[in-house]
Amino acid sequence: MADLRLTIDGRQVVVAQGATILEAALDAGIYIPHLCHHPDLKPVGICRLCMVEVAGRGMTLACLAPAEDGMVVKTESQQIDKVRRVALELLLVNHPGDCLTCAKNNRCQLQRIAAYVGVSPQRFARLRRTEKTLPPDDSNPFFLFDPNQCVLCGICIRTCDEIVGANAIDFAFRGFQTMVSTLSGRWVESSCVSCGECVVRCPVAALVPKRYQQPQHEVQTVCPYCGVGCTIYVGIRGGRIVAVGGDRQSPVNQGRLCVKGRFGHDFVHHPDRLTTPLVRRDGQLVPVAWDEALELVARQFDQYRGDAFAAMSSARCTNEENYLMQKLVRAVLGTNNIDHCARLCHSPSVAGLARTLGSGAMTNTIQDIAQSRCIFAIGTNTTAAHPVLALKVVEAVRRGAKLIVANPKHIDLDRHATLRLQHQPGSDVALLMGMARVIAEERLYDAEFIARRTVDFDAFRASLERFPLEFVEQATGVPRQHIVEAARMFANHKPASILYAMGITQHTHGTDNVLAISNLALLTGNLGIPGGGINPLRGQGNVQGACDMGALPNVLPGYQRVDDPQIRSKFEAVWGCTLPPGPGLALTEMFDAMLRGQIKAVYLMGENPLLSEADAQHAERALRQLDFLVVQDIFLTETARLAHVVLPAASSAEKDGTFTNTERRVQRVRKAVDPPGEAKPDWWIICQIAQRLGASGFSFSHPQEIMSEIASLTPIYGGMAYQRLEPQGLQWPCPSMDHPGTPILHTQRFATPDGKARFVPLDYKPPAELPDDEYPLLLTTDRSLYQYHTGTMTRRVEGLEVLDGQERLCINPHDAAAMQLADGQQVIVRSRRGRVMVRVKVTSSCQPGVVSLTFHFAETPTNVLTHAALDPVAKIPETKVCAVRIEPLDGPPQPGLHQQITDTTSCAGR
Amino acid sequence: MTVYIAAIPARRRERCLLRASGEGIARRFRSAALSGLPTMPYQNVLLANVGKPNSHTLAAYLASGGYSTLRKVLKEKSPQEVVEIVRASNLRGRGGAGFPTGLKWSFLPDKHPGPIYFCVNADESEPGTFVNRVQMEHDPHQVLEGTIISCYATGASRAYIYIRYEYPLCWKRMQAAIDEARAAGYLGRNILGSGFSLEVYLHRGAGAYICGEETGLIESIEGRRAWPRIKPPFPAVEGLFRKPTVVNNVETVACVKHILERGVAWFKSIGTPADPNDPRDPGSYGPKLFGISGHVNRPGCYEAPLGISCRELIERFAGGVWKGRKLKAVVPGGLSTGVITAEEIDTPMDFSGPLRVGCLGLGTGCLIVLDETYSMVDFLYNSCRFFAHESCGQCTPCREGTHWALQMLRRIKAGRGRIKDLDLLLEIGDTIGILPGTTICGLADGAAWPIKTAIRKFRQEFEDYIKHTNVAGWMETQPVPALEQSAVAH
Ligand SMILES: Cc1cc2nc3c(=O)[nH]c(=O)nc-3n(C[C@H](O)[C@H](O)[C@H](O)COP(=O)(O)O)c2cc1C
Ligand code: SF4
Ligand code: SF4
Ligand code: SF4
Ligand code: SF4
Ligand code: FES
Repeated sequence: MADLRLTIDGRQVVVAQGATILEAALDAGIYIPHLCHHPDLKPVGICRLCMVEVAGRGMTLACLAPAEDGMVVKTESQQIDKVRRVALELLLVNHPGDCLTCAKNNRCQLQRIAAYVGVSPQRFARLRRTEKTLPPDDSNPFFLFDPNQCVLCGICIRTCDEIVGANAIDFAFRGFQTMVSTLSGRWVESSCVSCGECVVRCPVAALVPKRYQQPQHEVQTVCPYCGVGCTIYVGIRGGRIVAVGGDRQSPVNQGRLCVKGRFGHDFVHHPDRLTTPLVRRDGQLVPVAWDEALELVARQFDQYRGDAFAAMSSARCTNEENYLMQKLVRAVLGTNNIDHCARLCHSPSVAGLARTLGSGAMTNTIQDIAQSRCIFAIGTNTTAAHPVLALKVVEAVRRGAKLIVANPKHIDLDRHATLRLQHQPGSDVALLMGMARVIAEERLYDAEFIARRTVDFDAFRASLERFPLEFVEQATGVPRQHIVEAARMFANHKPASILYAMGITQHTHGTDNVLAISNLALLTGNLGIPGGGINPLRGQGNVQGACDMGALPNVLPGYQRVDDPQIRSKFEAVWGCTLPPGPGLALTEMFDAMLRGQIKAVYLMGENPLLSEADAQHAERALRQLDFLVVQDIFLTETARLAHVVLPAASSAEKDGTFTNTERRVQRVRKAVDPPGEAKPDWWIICQIAQRLGASGFSFSHPQEIMSEIASLTPIYGGMAYQRLEPQGLQWPCPSMDHPGTPILHTQRFATPDGKARFVPLDYKPPAELPDDEYPLLLTTDRSLYQYHTGTMTRRVEGLEVLDGQERLCINPHDAAAMQLADGQQVIVRSRRGRVMVRVKVTSSCQPGVVSLTFHFAETPTNVLTHAALDPVAKIPETKVCAVRIEPLDGPPQPGLHQQITDTTSCAGR
Repeated sequence: MTVYIAAIPARRRERCLLRASGEGIARRFRSAALSGLPTMPYQNVLLANVGKPNSHTLAAYLASGGYSTLRKVLKEKSPQEVVEIVRASNLRGRGGAGFPTGLKWSFLPDKHPGPIYFCVNADESEPGTFVNRVQMEHDPHQVLEGTIISCYATGASRAYIYIRYEYPLCWKRMQAAIDEARAAGYLGRNILGSGFSLEVYLHRGAGAYICGEETGLIESIEGRRAWPRIKPPFPAVEGLFRKPTVVNNVETVACVKHILERGVAWFKSIGTPADPNDPRDPGSYGPKLFGISGHVNRPGCYEAPLGISCRELIERFAGGVWKGRKLKAVVPGGLSTGVITAEEIDTPMDFSGPLRVGCLGLGTGCLIVLDETYSMVDFLYNSCRFFAHESCGQCTPCREGTHWALQMLRRIKAGRGRIKDLDLLLEIGDTIGILPGTTICGLADGAAWPIKTAIRKFRQEFEDYIKHTNVAGWMETQPVPALEQSAVAH
């Protein structure tokens, strides 16, 4: 559409169609006072300060009126000044005037308007009223709400509604009593998810972070937490992080952040940080100098070359570090025994999707999700585990998309769902194949796509015979008509996108689940198109990158198979070594190998298997048997306490490198502050060890040089170079330096040898361990929004501990009543493998017969309960399903530390 | 030529002023026997059934020829013809703004696939106004018949009658009327075999004046805070549940029935004709209900032609100012319209009369009469209290301004006023409202008009009050902080 030309204060201004007068003016650098306008939100026109005069139309609100071609606008006139002045004065007279001591001094919109309009002290004092003493709400650990400062612009409310979808706040009361409030009046007792999105948008100091200092400078980097990989600006002052904000230009998050990304950075400066290398002497870990520690490590590693050695790499380390780690293990120590926690999360996605599509990553982009007409979110508690990505789902729903949520638990996303399916844990294949069957029977599939771009449809179709709806209904517990409805909804709204996470993968049939998802997307032709796709949501910040970099036992960087001699010789030529030909052991297999005495030395970087591994006691026994264990981390984790040598690493805020987020976007991680004490970046440590082992090819002075080597050996990263990653990163595959990156995979052909995608016939397999008389309840595991993984970082953020600092066993009210359990009561949860003590939370978010725990809390090591039965293909343990029983502890029920009044928080948080 | 229709022998009650619902007065109306009042050539139309035994029942309504107009219209007229007739009659809305009803209906989109909604505004919360109440309590079927015809004309398939919470009897009688009408086939599917279907629902308010503003009313029916919407889009384009919607007052739809029954010529024979020199003046035609309260001998609800003078209403209908006192001021059409002085009471009560004497307009046509003993400071204080309490809180100028004005009045009443305060009050009065363009809805204008008119027309009294009560400081021009709320008794 053609641009519009209008005249504002005598200046010619050109704007795109659809812009308002205010936007046109601000774009052109012409200031019009405004309070309730925010570029991210729909205009509401309630502050009434943005008055302008439009020729032929008179007084007009600039924030509401669309700019029109030929319009003549005046921003100043006597009448404008008069009404604006009165409105402003009326606001100011009720506003505390102590600007110098105000947290928003110099950044306050009201101040700016007052300065612009000019306020006469005479008139002002006459109008002034000294009173308004509403109590501030400081219940949220991260921010403060002071209603006395509030100008009632409603920006916070609209943010929470339009952007976050949490709907925690609204206006209450009327007239002069009008105020922003949660339902109960206290912020923590609401459905607020503490994202702080409202806080950053508040134009005055009514909503302010509790701790804020103006930074000296800011550094753009990536959030250290989840796989969404939000771009952040870290504000630094005096060598410390004092503020964190989202990057509004970022294609990943558009400036939005979740509670962890915005407020969860205290761990960086926590006194518990490791600051010197530690070596075990006489059973004690004692500080030593780097040289000594490195010498010791190199000497020891030297003795365990070959398959007696194993390494666990880290999804929290950079691509460069993961690359070096696998290079060290393969090229120097001569084994393929390298893996990392992706084994425990998305190995079935990598295996399953590689088989059907040729590539095991999210096919589409995060931004793309907003364009879907139907989103099928299965096995993902998106608002808790991928909060900022969930905002895109909310946005799509706001635009009219259908949302189908399939989850054994009642989750927060249900509030936005068109259709909600609460299936039995582990029954995903039945559910997905049931839907496929309906689509096939009703001929709702995309025949043209199937014929042109896929193979094996007939075999797949035949396998649907094994999923009559009666059976599906019985296996999943979902009423038949809901399955039919879901199938129709999914098939009839194209483009449709599937989102999934650990609810799909962490099963003994995790790979089958992924294949079933793939079948469904192929059946409806939803691949290679914007708004469609199969989107496995990756968990940790750089888990995608760690996989890409070949921190896996069977593939070299870029998913190049170790058992392919041609590939090996390519690497051998550059690395100057001979590579071991056969795949190494998967993470989950390594522990058995340790127990068997086959693996004797382990180098563990940034992982905490003592809490994260299924059947954790088994893992602990295995680690204790090792001859030599090196743990490299930023904290003395539970696992590090067992180590012979502990090496202090730099956190992601303290080093340069790249992370690859869940949408395959390689982004720059930048050093913002110095590491504490003697701590060093992981890449430096690995290089030091390698050099001391006599290896060449490890003399890098900056991660940038490592990236060049990665690009030269890894076709999908072929075009990656630091200067090209400014400012928004690039999405792989990016094969050459002039390639723009690939937002959507499989648009022309699939990454399979023949370019076609594969349907896979499937059978239904129940979970490995189901409840019985002895262990009558099914335990599933999930995540809390306020914690991350095993809590090494988040549990060192005080505010997150306030919001959710304690494990709770979620149990349905029926089950609780039958067992006479009260909310807050302490119980023992016992499985065939172990037991934990925990308080009960009675909530209908669990269906009867199902209980749930997270695994964030070291005091309640959930994974001693879980079952290490493995998926035969991906070797992932079934942490989502095991059988348990509950034994009440004697004594009166004690209320939990952070017991919430309403149940809504449980949905919001978990 | 005017007639004295129905008056209420008033039981005296001081300070029934400014009661939002005219509560006491209407109660008296019900119990009043229409005792031997003189009748004159003007024939009662809107109140014709009021006072007859069981006037609220279907049987009584049918006996007086009720629903025959509906029957005729459904059989003989197309919806377009009905709209045309209403347009030709120049009927103007009785809810306060006086917008031409036919014109409003014609804003509905052509050939809309539906649904179209019709809302009958029975929120009647304007202080001093209680005529819709009389209609709904005593002649609910007339309101209903008017509603059905209006829905037929506008193509609405659903009507909501929004009744203020404080009208329980209206609620009961309207519901009973709907039930009776439905059972008799005047509502529901295929009304009287015409193919036209309509459901009517009652919606009860919860005690907020702002719910009477048409878009506040719509938000309220939708189940939200009654925050008036920004217009455009107007309800006719995007209203209830984001569908085309018409909002009309109870009295307006009742007039529609009578226009269809008696014809355009009859309607235009009543009232003030359009000004021939002003092509945009639609005139003020038809009968109007006038509620009269305050310091008069016979407060009550009266029917008279538009254009009747204020004096005639007070002196002939309401029996003059009570206790032999002199008149001081009159609120001509509900509190929002401001005040006129005793000198101005020959003003004709039509849509332009009150405007000419500096008031907001005819408003609801409900008069509040103040005698010579009543203090204009009290009047303004009460007025500010009402509007500050009822502001929805959305627009800065209204939320802060109404409250601030109340604070000022509190200070003046507490004996700490200053002459300069009056100028500040006027400045607030001049800058809040849709007319100066600073607010979303007309509530702020309603708050501003009493301030502007009372201070401008009775400035001497205000100054005297301030001088007498603040002997030491009335002339003070140095800034003084406004009073704290707690320092003044309410
Ligand atoms: C604050 C405010 C309150 C109002 N209250 C009422 C009311 O109680 N009843 C009413 O009929 N109109 C009321 N109105 C007028 C309505 O907005 C609307 O103009 C009217 O219902 C239209 O009906 P009409 O065209 O039949 O007059 C109010 C307007 C404002 C600004
Ligand atoms: S912090 Fe986030 S969830 Fe909480 S009120 Fe603000 S916007 Fe809503
Ligand atoms: S808290 Fe801030 S953003 Fe929210 S209404 Fe008040 S001033 Fe506006
Ligand atoms: S969504 Fe993930 S990446 Fe984004 S701020 Fe939250 S934790 Fe960080
Ligand atoms: S003018 Fe007053 S009542 Fe009307 S919308 Fe604005 S704040 Fe609400
Ligand atoms: S910015 Fe336009 S009304 Fe607030």
